[in-house]
Formats: sequence, C-alpha cells, structure tokens
Amino acid sequence: MSATNPTQETKSTNAGSAAEPKSNGGTAVQPTQRGALPGVIHEPIRVIRDDGSLDPAWDPKLSDAQMVALYEQMVRTRIIDERLVTLQRQGRIGFHIGSLGEEATILGSAAACRPQDWIWPCYREFGALLMRGMPLQAYVDNMFGNANDPVKGRQMPDHYSGKPYKFGSVSSPIGTQITQAVGFGWAAKMRKDDLVTLVYFGEGATSSNEFHNGANFAGVFKTPTVFLCRNNGWAISVPAHKQSGSQTFADKAVAYGIHGVRCDGNDLLAVYAATRQAVERAARGEGATLVESLTYRLSGHSTSDDPKAYRKDTEVDAWKSKDPNVRFRAFLDKRGLYDDKRQTTLEEQTAAELADCVKAAEAAPLPSLESMFDDVYAELPWHLREQRAELLAGPRAKGHGH
Amino acid sequence: MPQMNMVQAINDALRLEMKRDDRVVVLGEDVGKVGGVFRVTAGLYDEFGEDRVIDTPLSEGGIIGTAIGMALYGLLPIPEIQFGDFIFPAYDQIVSELAKFRYRSGGEYPSKLVIRTPVGGGIRGGHYHSQSPESQFIHVAGLKVVCPTNPYDAKGLLLASIRDPDPVLFFEPKRIYRAAKGEVPEGDYTVPLSKAAVVRPGKHLTVVTWGAMLYEALDAANQAAQKGIEAEVIDLRTLWPLDIDTIVESVKKTGRVVVVHEAPKTCGLGSEVVALINEKCFLHLEAPPARVCGFDTPFPYTLEMEYLPLAHRILPQLVTTAQF
Repeated sequence: MSATNPTQETKSTNAGSAAEPKSNGGTAVQPTQRGALPGVIHEPIRVIRDDGSLDPAWDPKLSDAQMVALYEQMVRTRIIDERLVTLQRQGRIGFHIGSLGEEATILGSAAACRPQDWIWPCYREFGALLMRGMPLQAYVDNMFGNANDPVKGRQMPDHYSGKPYKFGSVSSPIGTQITQAVGFGWAAKMRKDDLVTLVYFGEGATSSNEFHNGANFAGVFKTPTVFLCRNNGWAISVPAHKQSGSQTFADKAVAYGIHGVRCDGNDLLAVYAATRQAVERAARGEGATLVESLTYRLSGHSTSDDPKAYRKDTEVDAWKSKDPNVRFRAFLDKRGLYDDKRQTTLEEQTAAELADCVKAAEAAPLPSLESMFDDVYAELPWHLREQRAELLAGPRAKGHGH
Repeated sequence: MPQMNMVQAINDALRLEMKRDDRVVVLGEDVGKVGGVFRVTAGLYDEFGEDRVIDTPLSEGGIIGTAIGMALYGLLPIPEIQFGDFIFPAYDQIVSELAKFRYRSGGEYPSKLVIRTPVGGGIRGGHYHSQSPESQFIHVAGLKVVCPTNPYDAKGLLLASIRDPDPVLFFEPKRIYRAAKGEVPEGDYTVPLSKAAVVRPGKHLTVVTWGAMLYEALDAANQAAQKGIEAEVIDLRTLWPLDIDTIVESVKKTGRVVVVHEAPKTCGLGSEVVALINEKCFLHLEAPPARVCGFDTPFPYTLEMEYLPLAHRILPQLVTTAQF
C-alpha cells in the first residue's frame, strides 16, 4: 500500500503565500556533497476532498475495513480522553494529558507504521499505545499509579511505557525522546534490521536542543527516522508562531538534509499517506523525514491548564468545525460505511469497558513500599538497603493506605 | 607483564571488550580517525571500522541521546565526552533519561552506557578543561561513578563498568593519564566496582581520596611518616556507590579521618563521606573529620596549583588531625 508520489517528492508544490520559500530540490546549493538535497512539500497534503472523493495522488488506498477500524480507534480514543478528564475533575486521578482534536494525527501516523517499526512517544499518544495493543486496563492502572501499573506507580499519569508493543517510555522533559529515537533506529540500521522509528513531538519541541541534535544526527547518519511534529498550534500558552521564525516547521528539514512534508493533520488519510511515504523512504535507506501535521489542541495542554486564559473561543470554535473525527465520520457516511447505531454501540461499549477498568484500578492495591527502591539499580546497593529498612521501620504517611 | 600508562590501559580494555562483545560501540567527538584528543581510542577506528568507532557531530546532548537510543535497541555504547567540563549539554539526557529509564519504565527499559570522560585539573586547562563534576552525578539516583588512579585499575574497572548492568560514568583523571604507569596484565580481568583499595596502611589516621589527588595524599602521608604519623590512605576507586565498609573499618581503627578531593568543598563527595562516618562510627572518632578540597571558586587558570589540594596543603591537615 503505497502513498508515494515521486513527482511531488522533489519539487515544491508551493501554492501557499508568496512569502513561502522555494523548495531546495536540485538547486545550486550543495554544502555537504550528498547529491540532490531532499525537498520540502509545503502545501499540506490533503486526501479527503469536500465532496468525499480522494486525491488520487496521495490516496493510501486503505480498505473499507481498515478505514472503519481506524475510525473506531479515533472514537475510542476520544471517549477515553473525555472520561479521563471527568475522572480528574472528580479527583479520582491526579492528571491527564490528552489528544482531543489530534486523533487523526496520532492514529493516522501510528497506523502507517509497519508492525516491526517502533514508536517513540511524546506524552499525548495513548491512543497509539492502545492501538498497538496495550490492554486498556494496563493504561488505566497507569492513570491510577496502582500496584498493577506497568511502571509501578513511579510516574505521573500518562507517563506510560510499552516495550511489548514496540513503544517507548514517556518522560516529561521536552524533546529528549527525539535523539533517543534517532539512536534506536541508527542501531537497527547498523544491525541491518528492517526497522523504522516514528518519534512524536509538538511544534514547541522544535525549539529544543534535542530536536536539533536528533535531526542533525539523522541527517548526517541517514537514520531510518520519521519525525512526527504535531503542530497543534499551542505549546501550553505560547502560540506556534512564537516558536520559530521559519515559514513552516517542515522547512527546518532543509537545513538538516532530510525530507520535509506538511499534511492536514485533521485528515486521517492525509496523515497516513504522509507518514507512510516517510516510513517507506526510511525503510529504503533514503533517510529521515520531518512530517509537520497541522492540527489543533482542542483541550487545554493538560487537565492542569485553562486555555481560556490565552486563546479566544472563536479560534477554538473554528477548529472544532474541522474536528478530525467528525470529518472522517462524514467521509465514511458518504461511502455508506458507518452509521449512528454502530457509533453509539461503540461509544457505549468503550465507556462500559473503561468503567470496568476504573473500578478494577480503584480496587487494586498501591505499589508496595519496597517497590520504591526497586529498579533504581539492577541490584540494591547498601545505601538503598539501609534507606528501604528505614522506610519500612518508620511511621507511615497519612492517607496512603499502607 | 606489559608496562602501560592509563591511556594505554583504557585503550586495551576498549579493544578487548570490542573484540569480545559485538554490541560495544564507541562514539564521540574525534574518537575515530584521530583516536581522541588524548588518543585513548587510538587504533580502534582502523581495527573495528566506522560503524563501531563513530566520529559524531559536535554535540554532547546528541552523543548521549543517540547512545541511549542505541542502548535501548540492544547495543552497548561507550560514548566519550571530550572533557568532563563539556558534559553539561548532555546533563538532561544523563539525569532525566539515562539514570531514570529502568525505574521510570517499571524495569522494561534498562539503559546501559559507560560514559568515559577525562576530569580534573593540574594541566593548565582553565576552568573549562579542569573540573571534577562527580558530585553532580552522584546526587542523581541510578548512576554509578568510577574513577581509577592507575593503569591496572583503569583497565579492570573499565571492563567491570562495561559488564555492570547499570549506567556508569567513568571519570579519567587526565593529570595522570600518562604519568601513572604500571604493569597491566594482558587479556581479561576485572576490578570489582564499589570496592576501595587501601593503598597505604597506617594506624594513626585515615585519608579517603580518589583520582589524581591520591598521589598528593600519598606524598603527604610519606612526609607525615617522617614526623611519626602513619596515615592509612584509601583510594575509593568507585565513587558511588562507595565502599562504606572499608572506610568504616579504617576509621574505627584510626579514629581520625581526612578527606581529600579536588572538586569544590561544598557539597563535594567529601561532605557525604564525613556524614556517613558521623552516622556509622561517631563514637570511634578522636578528632573532627576534616576535608582538604578544591575551593568554592571556578577552577582558576594561573593559580591552579594554589587551588588544588596538593601535598603541601594536605600535610598540615594530617598533622593537625593526628595531633588533635
């Protein structure tokens, strides 16, 4: 299933403002003696047209069943997201950081990976983790930090780890996963393993040193990396235009000698097509791609954030009209592939499944006191043995159930 | 048995392990063709090729970040940071990522690196080529910190560090890179981590030290012996987790202790050593534990020999502590 369009790959399809820079494909600038410079596709790829037809240049040619399955993942992600916000408001979990409005970007790109490819998350990609196979119960246990939490209650909610699902480990510092994903893919390349890494980050992370490091190493060593920049408009309260003086975030690819492409991040098939092309290119040994997926964070940064403090409702409303789930449902409707009954059933099933998971998570014990000291080192050194004994012998904190 | 200096011994350990374990890769600035600015990786590029001895772009954060990724994939990277003073662009990757990966992932993702870097002053390097940043890593849960003082230990400790399951910062005292020479066995051997060495036995007081200052402490101890003061000198070798048993056993015997290190005094590892001694053998003490350290200034250029806790500064403290 190919999404490639070789003619578009090397020439600019710049149909945007006149101020947008031209593509560098094949121009006179040759600073690194690496042959023709990769191009940047500035005009965002869009596959689903308003009339419901698909742009044949980029149609990823998914089957009806694949499209329905992906749509159901988007719906499921949305329902879980909304319920977790409610649980946080009720004080039952401490925190949630979600993907409201970014479902097409996250699920479309994750779906475009092959089974052997690895995903390096930022912290908004729980939908991709669940699609990759993590049981909902394990994810909910992570939200509660209980004894069954795969990361043993050691991190905030949504700081999951999914090695069995070829999915990385979440940390809060911005951009650190980018260089790690490059190194991971680079190692696979050294071992001649057919494997691509997809790494997620927001547009704010393009300001981090780790974005620069990762993109630079990827360019120099031609690593099989897909840099998936979720340009969702806001880094907490700072708008995208204050992160960079570049015309687009995809333009940054030029300086690193990697490919750049923009896509309509609320068009599931466009994200899929752009990512799939990048994955295939990386797998062919042609190096990394920076995919700028244009989307919008409909919610606050996290449950700790009130976006009304820094952005207007009119802006949010304008993006709500481009809701990726609504758009994809309308597309499916035009093809007669989905209906309200199916959606209602899915929503009810998801809500019920989640409620069961929450019930089990709330009933689960807390992590053991001893577990605080495990995994700091492979074996407990003397000072941690002493401190563990001190904790076990000492008085207990109130309200923690031990 | 061949005579080697520290540089040759570390090089020998790297070569041995690269032959033995094909997961091992070396990466860093200038480590490839030129063999590193101190020539520690000399010859490895020609022997093992550019995929295993990698000249990287000039970015410490990029070196450690990509090395972590390689480690997660299953390689065993040994990145070199050209000077310990330049490790701070990678501090986020080391502190937030490398040190916490196993813990934060519930044990799913052990992340194993040995980060080699030259440390310490006395080479007219000013404050960007002379610092001893061990405390800034010891304070981070999940890291081990090793600092050899002679070629035998350098090889054996590096091999042990590579085979240890935890991330290790391997600090190489550059002042004695070539000055410290000794017999180094050919082939494979290890020096266990977290085991100190009693380098000079003595009964009147204990000196705890590490790195290049070991030789200054020994010099001072030999001078003190002429005054009838027999100092027991302990080389920590592994700075964290340190060998508490050897320290406590010695202090229980002598009742007096002086800690010597060239890192700044305040919150240096010496502070922790003194605190541990107070906690574990206070009633054996005959004198207040003392520290002879670098001063709490940036590392100076012209006056570096006044900054370092050399033998001339250690000796008076040995006398004071012994006679307290």
